[in-house]
Amino acid sequence: MVADTSNQPNKPSIGDYLKNNIREYGLLVALVVIMLFFQFVTNGVLFRPVNITNLVLQNSFIVIMSLGMLLIIVAGHIDLSVGSIVAFIGAISAIMLVKWGLPAIVVIPACLIVGGIMGAAQGYWVAYQKIPSFIVTLAGMLVFRGLTYVVLGGRPIGPFPKEFQLLSTGFVPDFLYFLNPKPDLIQNMVALVAVLALVGYAIYAGVSNRRVNEQHGSENEPFVFFAIQMAVIAVVALFIGYQLSTYRGLPNVLIAMGVLIALYTFVTTRSTVGRRIYAMGGNVKAAKLSGINTERLTFYTFINMGVLAALAGMIITARLNSATPKAGVGFELDVIAACFIGGASASGGVGKITGAVIGAFIMGVMNNGMSIMGIGIDYQQLIKGLVLLAAVFFDVYNKNKG
Amino acid sequence: MDNIILEMRGITKTFPGVKALDNVSFKVREGEIHALVGENGAGKSTLMKVLSGVYPAGTYQGEIYYDGEPRRFSTISDSEDLGIIIIHQELALVPLLSIAENIFLGNEIATNGVIHWPQTFARTQELLKKVGLSEPPATLITDIGVGKQQLVEIAKALSKKVRLLILDEPTASLNETDSDALLKLLMEFRAQGMTSIIISHKLNEIRKVADQITILRDGGAVETLDCKTEDVGEDRIIKGMVGRAMEDRYPPREPDIGETLLEVKNWNVFHQHHRDRQFLHDVNFTVRAGEVVGIAGLMGAGRTETAMSIFGKSWGHKITGDVLMRGKPVDVSTIPRAIDAGLAYVTEDRKQLGLVLINNIKENTTLSNLKAVASNGVIDDRKEVKVASDYRSKLRIRSHSIYQETVNLSGGNQQKVVLSKWLFTNPEVLILDEPTRGIDIGAKYEIYTIINQLAAEGKGILMISSEMPELLGTCDRIYVMNEGRIVAELSKAEASQESIMRAIMRSGEKH
Repeated sequence: MVADTSNQPNKPSIGDYLKNNIREYGLLVALVVIMLFFQFVTNGVLFRPVNITNLVLQNSFIVIMSLGMLLIIVAGHIDLSVGSIVAFIGAISAIMLVKWGLPAIVVIPACLIVGGIMGAAQGYWVAYQKIPSFIVTLAGMLVFRGLTYVVLGGRPIGPFPKEFQLLSTGFVPDFLYFLNPKPDLIQNMVALVAVLALVGYAIYAGVSNRRVNEQHGSENEPFVFFAIQMAVIAVVALFIGYQLSTYRGLPNVLIAMGVLIALYTFVTTRSTVGRRIYAMGGNVKAAKLSGINTERLTFYTFINMGVLAALAGMIITARLNSATPKAGVGFELDVIAACFIGGASASGGVGKITGAVIGAFIMGVMNNGMSIMGIGIDYQQLIKGLVLLAAVFFDVYNKNKG
Repeated sequence: MDNIILEMRGITKTFPGVKALDNVSFKVREGEIHALVGENGAGKSTLMKVLSGVYPAGTYQGEIYYDGEPRRFSTISDSEDLGIIIIHQELALVPLLSIAENIFLGNEIATNGVIHWPQTFARTQELLKKVGLSEPPATLITDIGVGKQQLVEIAKALSKKVRLLILDEPTASLNETDSDALLKLLMEFRAQGMTSIIISHKLNEIRKVADQITILRDGGAVETLDCKTEDVGEDRIIKGMVGRAMEDRYPPREPDIGETLLEVKNWNVFHQHHRDRQFLHDVNFTVRAGEVVGIAGLMGAGRTETAMSIFGKSWGHKITGDVLMRGKPVDVSTIPRAIDAGLAYVTEDRKQLGLVLINNIKENTTLSNLKAVASNGVIDDRKEVKVASDYRSKLRIRSHSIYQETVNLSGGNQQKVVLSKWLFTNPEVLILDEPTRGIDIGAKYEIYTIINQLAAEGKGILMISSEMPELLGTCDRIYVMNEGRIVAELSKAEASQESIMRAIMRSGEKH
């Protein structure tokens, strides 16, 4: 038997690499194609500064929840209750702020804690009593929705104090106005500088990471793909940054979302906790026999989901400026769909944060684009359903073929 | 001359990396009971799967003649149509359906999809009478014991007009009374002209019922013994099963045995599911530094359960007894604690329990000791790559890189990844459960070499194996287990296949 036992990993050819990673590149290409399509059919409305701002505000909560949902799905579970958690958190934040007159600085952390408790209440049954998460969170979905009606007494509560509304309607102030070369065109210099800095850093980090990998014999993607990917991301980011700078600048929500995406990407790719979640989702028995406390890990994953759902709930409530018992109905489906479009596997162990985020944006751009085109909610649902099916079929097809 | 009902000629079947069957030929006479014996992994079950169409024609080389005509079965139903019925070791019954429903599953007595219940029950009753089972046909499978379930399987076979019945280890999980009843039934069927092939490890049973015995070894048919023309004793069968020279199959080793590392005292464990049944009784054993200790026994003797109950209480309940490392009691109540105490357990089922198959070599290698390549919960990629690469070259894991998914590795290389994972936790005692199951001879040799190296480094090795030659070839001392008890402790000098078998048989008679 002759085989390679050396330490140097062989370099896969470009064709092989594309075949193995077709899912990730395909997703990015799909998002760009969908954006260009809607830009075209809406006669350029999609990328207008005000619409980009709206896109971000409308989808931020789906993106934020998809971060938590991805971990849940990778761990081999599902959470159907997030829409109801959104509604319940909205309700109690309204009561604390409007009825009791508590300051936002107290209410926001309190709501995050309550969200964590709601996640824990479900995680307990899933992790320690081994009840399937589908059932537990289906129950949670009904219970929390019911509680929302109870707490609100069936009536909406609002409006909210200004400071709380800033959560979703605030923008980063333009403290760099003095650098502005063209004040008649650019309204907000911070947005432009921030995006430029970000793109610059991303390229720097990418290149230096490749260099270090090369020194240590780790795997690198072929340079062509790296370059194309970087170029596409840079162009899109700069374009969006520029558009935003000509309007009101960077929404607070965008900053929060960006920080969370970075944090969860880090957790899933670099941390021991992330690695263990993937191992657990891939083979729970093997993970347990490897000394991983799978029960506790599952429990934490649900707490995390609860906290993120609470954050999303506050953002939505602040945006609507009113807490209603019907808030967040059906959100769980958009969030779950985003993860699956993003390449997560329903049997666990597979999925990426970047995939889920792109999946969420694909859903968001489609929602927004179709609304601008005047397509009714009925056909929107139909089309979204077919896109989800097509994305997952693409996955299965690739897997069977490869 | 006797009528040959089945002839298999030159059957060769390969799996990735393993030649499971190598040019096997054998003949079965009509109306006889033909026994198929051999060590685990000799190819008995594979051969029967080829015959019944589980492995369809085209995935193996060679020919099958049935009733004198060449046959190519591409599905199980092709062979069933001709009356060839196989009853697998793991019974294929649906636990929450009734006896009647199970017997006619997929073969229902129905018109236009509407089941005719009275007729179904009447037919079931007839069939149950033939196999000597007096349970109402509406009884759920889950409510009857394994012995009776076995009879239901046979009744199911009878419902399909069976001519050649194949039983894969039918008595492995049966007690003596049930086994006897089953064997008696087979002899009755023989009197009625039915042919059976029986795969079994229990040589005394085979001697009782078999007309011919075919012995398989390492994927080849060694010989067929005719019990009518010669008196075939158990020793004769064992000789055929073991046969080959053992010396060069195992790398040589000079044992250098030190202090006692692991000591298990009065270990009592109740069954995981049948909670009032005591499964392990007063198990005591020791493993010393630099020593390779074997545990021999039949399937279901309690070897894996002993290992798993010690390793973080991952099997069983109401566990009592003491575990000592270097003479000091240690806490092994959870898996992380057992690992901290210096234990590692390499499971017998590397695909289901050992590896995260969709993860790569690197990720599997560090899984049990992620802390060691991380600081403050952040994995140091460079360190991890180095660890995985080191083990890959040290254990000679054949792969294109450490980024290869473990699902794509051969059995031997998968096992080396599992070993890497546990070596990286730096254990004092490694429990290896069937470490060479399902891997080919060359890879086995490499695993034995690794075991020897570990022993030379002063680690204690506890090796569970169903392959007796393997235990004899690698171990310094062998414990024999049967029915949840340690029934013998044999030094290297005392241990032989015969002495191990004798210890098992003798203890079986006592209880």
